[in-house]
Amino acid sequence: MPGVFLNLNLVLDFLRQPWPWYVAGPLIGLTVPALLLIGNKALGISSSLRHMCAACLPAGIPFLRYNWRAESWNLFFVLGITIGGFLGYRVLGHPAAIAISAATVHDLKTQLHLTDFTGLLPRELFALDNLGSWRGWVFLVLGGFLVGFGTRYAGGCTSGHAISGLSNLQWVSLVAVIGFFVGGLVMTWLVYPLLF
Amino acid sequence: MKNFKYLVLGVLFGIILTKSEVVSWFRIQEMFRFQSFHMYGIIGSAIAVGLVSIQFIKRTHLRTFNGEPIAIADKKFNHGVWIGGLIFGLGWALTGACPGPMFAQLGSGSNAAVVLILAALAGTWTYSALREKLPH
Repeated sequence: MPGVFLNLNLVLDFLRQPWPWYVAGPLIGLTVPALLLIGNKALGISSSLRHMCAACLPAGIPFLRYNWRAESWNLFFVLGITIGGFLGYRVLGHPAAIAISAATVHDLKTQLHLTDFTGLLPRELFALDNLGSWRGWVFLVLGGFLVGFGTRYAGGCTSGHAISGLSNLQWVSLVAVIGFFVGGLVMTWLVYPLLF
Repeated sequence: MKNFKYLVLGVLFGIILTKSEVVSWFRIQEMFRFQSFHMYGIIGSAIAVGLVSIQFIKRTHLRTFNGEPIAIADKKFNHGVWIGGLIFGLGWALTGACPGPMFAQLGSGSNAAVVLILAALAGTWTYSALREKLPH
């Protein structure tokens, strides 16, 4: 039996390393045919936010009055992502800080005054104590709000438009993805300097 | 339970997002500053594999495991696609997360993700309430 444990440890050690783009990207791409084959579903995650609103607080809003239960697969998929986040970070997590490029570290240190590069989100911007300051509200509350508002207005997010839509050669999704990038570039290059 | 298979696929998807560091705010900043190929490689190769898979499914008239014909609805254009796209992009660069990664961050044990998801729900609800008055 020791041999079995040894092998399991080797497998776990292998999985614990950060996964390179050429492994992760194709696996994400395979989610598109997997969802089609197992249930004729199109990959899309932001719709789950609409289903949650429809389930919890429809408030007589026409856009939230539909049979969300018929789309409950999407909520199970999102629950799965949450569990996957736990497994990926807590069980298969890598102890070292994420190895971003030296140029990004330099920019974030000098422009955003960050010193702590551990974790998934910089504590200096996303600690809940920051909700006592305007900047904490911008990053945590306004940021989340814009994601929820914008994805529904655009009819999809990175999964629904960028991965699923572009895979199916939808020009509408290309318009959306260009919008995502222009918005992100405006925030990073024009608005960030005003926030710090 | 017919939804169990989506839960399992979601778990795998969440592990992939986390292990490839797509769920990291730092990676998204690196992407918008054009300082690494990582995110472009992930998004690009995901689209390439998705595209080849969909073409294969269409050309071979592949059916689902239950034998249904596979149908993918076309995305319809309205002005919300680019206006909403820009708004989401602003939020993406602030939070470093799209909706999928927010849930993976929640699973990783991030307190911030609770606030981010509640704020995103408020955003979706507000859009729903204002929808008739917004340009589309």
